[in-house]
Amino acid sequence: MTTTAGHTEHMEHEAHGEHAEHGMTTIGYIKVALVLAALTALEVATYFVDFGPFFMPLLLILMCVKFFIVVSYFMHLKFDSKIFSFMFYTGLFLAIGVYATFLATFKFFTA
Amino acid sequence: MVDTAVHHAEYGHHTSTGLSNNKLGMWLFLGSECLLFGGLISTYMIYRGRVGEGPRPGNVFDIPFTSVSSFVLLMSSLTMVLAVAAAQKRDDRGTTLWLTVTGLLGATFVGGQVYEFTAMYNEGLGFTTSLFGSAFYTLTGFHGVHVTVGVIMLLSLVGIIKRSRVPGDKAEVVELVGLYWHFVDIVWIIIFTLVYLIPT
Repeated sequence: MTTTAGHTEHMEHEAHGEHAEHGMTTIGYIKVALVLAALTALEVATYFVDFGPFFMPLLLILMCVKFFIVVSYFMHLKFDSKIFSFMFYTGLFLAIGVYATFLATFKFFTA
Repeated sequence: MVDTAVHHAEYGHHTSTGLSNNKLGMWLFLGSECLLFGGLISTYMIYRGRVGEGPRPGNVFDIPFTSVSSFVLLMSSLTMVLAVAAAQKRDDRGTTLWLTVTGLLGATFVGGQVYEFTAMYNEGLGFTTSLFGSAFYTLTGFHGVHVTVGVIMLLSLVGIIKRSRVPGDKAEVVELVGLYWHFVDIVWIIIFTLVYLIPT
């Protein structure tokens, strides 16, 4: 009975589109896209404007921020089960660890 | 109870985790793709300075053009998420519209990449010209193939939805294709910065 009650509740939520939007509205998605567009414009600006010693750190920070915005909001990892986050971030951080070691072996960071 | 069983079968919630196995599988696949692209990006980083007799990266990259391509791909992520939202509201018209727009934006990106490759080839950078050329074409080519596969998936999905032949939960199918699409976008975010914007 509990399952049936839960099912009914689930269907009601579906009918109202409550869990469907993962906490984001259409306007919210557009705002996120505008932020991403602004960050991309800032990235491209580094090609035309001299940012001096901030050039490299700025680009890397912008890249990471854009990456996590897309993963968190467009891919819904922020709102979804932590198991999905575990699946993805395990692969991501494994890749970062393996290839950072690979690059260090080839003296990429010291050359 | 029968209704509940049908619901579970349709929405894929009858699992030990209470989560969709399809979605779990997609996230696992995307996690493994990080290792694939990590290898390609690392190889490029090692070889980007090995230009030999061929042109240097700064001589062949057209940053303004690639910036527009990047913007197009970034905006396709917005249209994709709008398609997912429409599918979750059971709005078939909105879903097919946004999926089609996403597919067209993706095709525009691929067209831009074909143009870019052609221009680079004409400037003397072939696949075997230098280690830089091989690593560059392998990395961006692999990404381009992923985008092309995504475009095929998107446009196929539009056809399947119009024929009402989507197996199982339609919203979940659209979301799975969306996850793949967003992944190719985040890979490009990394490639655009590390390959194009950061000089050798």
